[in-house]
Amino acid sequence: MANRSSGLARWIDDRFPIFDWWDDHVGQYYAPKNFNFWYFFGSLALAVLVLQIVTGIFLTMHYKPSEDQAFASIEYIMRDVNWGWLIRYLHSTGASMFFVVVYLHMFRGIIYGSGKGPRELVWLFGMVIYVLLMAEAFMGYLLPWGQMSYWGAQVIISLFGAIPIIGDGLSLWIRGDFAVGDPTLNRFFALHVAAVPLLIVALVFFHIIALHETGSNNPDGVEIKKKKGADGKPLDGIPFHPYYTVKDIWGLSVFALIFAAIVFFVPEMWGKFLEPDNFKPADAMVTPPHIAPLWYFAPFYSILRAVPDKFLGVVAMGGAIFMLFLVPWLDRSPVKSIRYRGPLNRIALAIFVVSFIGLGYLGTQPPSDLYTLLARVFAVLYFLFFLSMPIYTRIDRTRPVPERVTTK
Amino acid sequence: MSNDAVDPARRRLLAGTAGAVGGVGLATMAVPFISSMQPSARTQAAGGPVEVDISKLAPGELMVIEWRRRPVWVLRRTQEELDNLAKVSTDALRDPESHESEQPAYARNADRSIKPEYLVLIGVCTHLGCSPKYRPDVAPADLGADWKGGFLCPCHGGRYDLAGRVFKGVPPPLNLAVPPHKYLSDTRLVIGEDQETA
Repeated sequence: MANRSSGLARWIDDRFPIFDWWDDHVGQYYAPKNFNFWYFFGSLALAVLVLQIVTGIFLTMHYKPSEDQAFASIEYIMRDVNWGWLIRYLHSTGASMFFVVVYLHMFRGIIYGSGKGPRELVWLFGMVIYVLLMAEAFMGYLLPWGQMSYWGAQVIISLFGAIPIIGDGLSLWIRGDFAVGDPTLNRFFALHVAAVPLLIVALVFFHIIALHETGSNNPDGVEIKKKKGADGKPLDGIPFHPYYTVKDIWGLSVFALIFAAIVFFVPEMWGKFLEPDNFKPADAMVTPPHIAPLWYFAPFYSILRAVPDKFLGVVAMGGAIFMLFLVPWLDRSPVKSIRYRGPLNRIALAIFVVSFIGLGYLGTQPPSDLYTLLARVFAVLYFLFFLSMPIYTRIDRTRPVPERVTTK
Repeated sequence: MSNDAVDPARRRLLAGTAGAVGGVGLATMAVPFISSMQPSARTQAAGGPVEVDISKLAPGELMVIEWRRRPVWVLRRTQEELDNLAKVSTDALRDPESHESEQPAYARNADRSIKPEYLVLIGVCTHLGCSPKYRPDVAPADLGADWKGGFLCPCHGGRYDLAGRVFKGVPPPLNLAVPPHKYLSDTRLVIGEDQETA
């Protein structure tokens, strides 16, 4: 804490506590000293959020949200706007990389029990951010108004039509037209550039405030606030700045290197970040032979497809996302971190990882009998991971958790 | 009237009343905003009936008309196709009598049409809104020996017969919808308007 008993900083802080705020959340925020590789992804997610907002603002300067001009305005950005191709590829690569870092961030939360008490609200705010992010990505994907944009939106909006009684009216209201059309594009633009980003920023703020109230978890799952030194600071804590700002900037540099390599060499990621069918303008009369969601939605799309009934398919897909919300309460293990958990937890986690990736692969492939069967198996395993979590986490062996954090 | 005595019950009542009245006000204010997202007058007008000339439609040919931004099919079924349709086992269909499905009363019959020769359907899969493909070929390799012609949805494998009736064991819950339509003459068809009940 710098000496701010007098002077300009004091004068400002008495009127607007910006320096106090810096101390509380950065300079004097004590984080566990044993953060590892997995702890890069929270700050990286924040960095990508900033990138998406900045590139998004510049894209809106040239983009036209109308059915007649949307597709052409993207081509215009790519060809005629100075550096337009770079800004657009940063934004499209940013969308996929956002999910890469968010999925790794969420996985970290699961393996180290980061959402367990007292951090349930940190987890819930994070899950709301994740759902908002999916909405943001989905609506953003309509804007280029390509074939995959159009039919993806058509399929996903018609999911709401599966809700009994109100479904048809609801999907008509969402589209503002009898099928996806100009009104849909225009409102998705409004939601994508204003409403949802505002909500995401607010939720990120809540997420961090809630985290800083309880203090960060760590790979050992030890509460560092339990062991404090004479100065009242946790013995196993180090100030976020400069220790973790430096670490995170290093991580950001490596991430930026990979990111730039994608943007400059494989911005389409062989059809995984930008799908080939989206280079054709939207046509309401012709469905592409194979509609595949982008990779980050594919696991849930697979679950939807695996269920032979429309309404139950939608319920299963929603349920698959909802399961994640419940993790802090489903996990009944007396220890937080996977490091001190037994074989059952590890096996369950391995099965979950395999089924999630398996579902993700199958969701991008055309359906076949074998693939449908596989998707059903993986979907059942996915749900079993969550539904049997209260059992295996309770009966599994645990090893004693150390008093203090460990470092290699 | 005492100035320093606080009556908590009175405060609760006032706070509650203010909250309730304010809540009703907010809910009322939400109505125009929510309603503004409904299809506008222009969108509804653009969704009016369309007239189609079917004189050039050859037997076995399918034409696609845009109505309300959705593909509407007019299929001129051949006699062979109609015969094949009659051979489809109703046990294999989810809603053979079209009880649950969407169609005007005059198209709720075995071939789901006003005139058996012409089938008019909204070409949108009742599963998730993709547009199925017309597959008139009998017993093709990818659809199996039992296939007697029909429609196949590329998205999730939905299958319909040549009357747009959905088969069992595929995701779509309902038969393809029949839009309101009527004949102005033998070769002129109107999509989006009901025929007068005869």
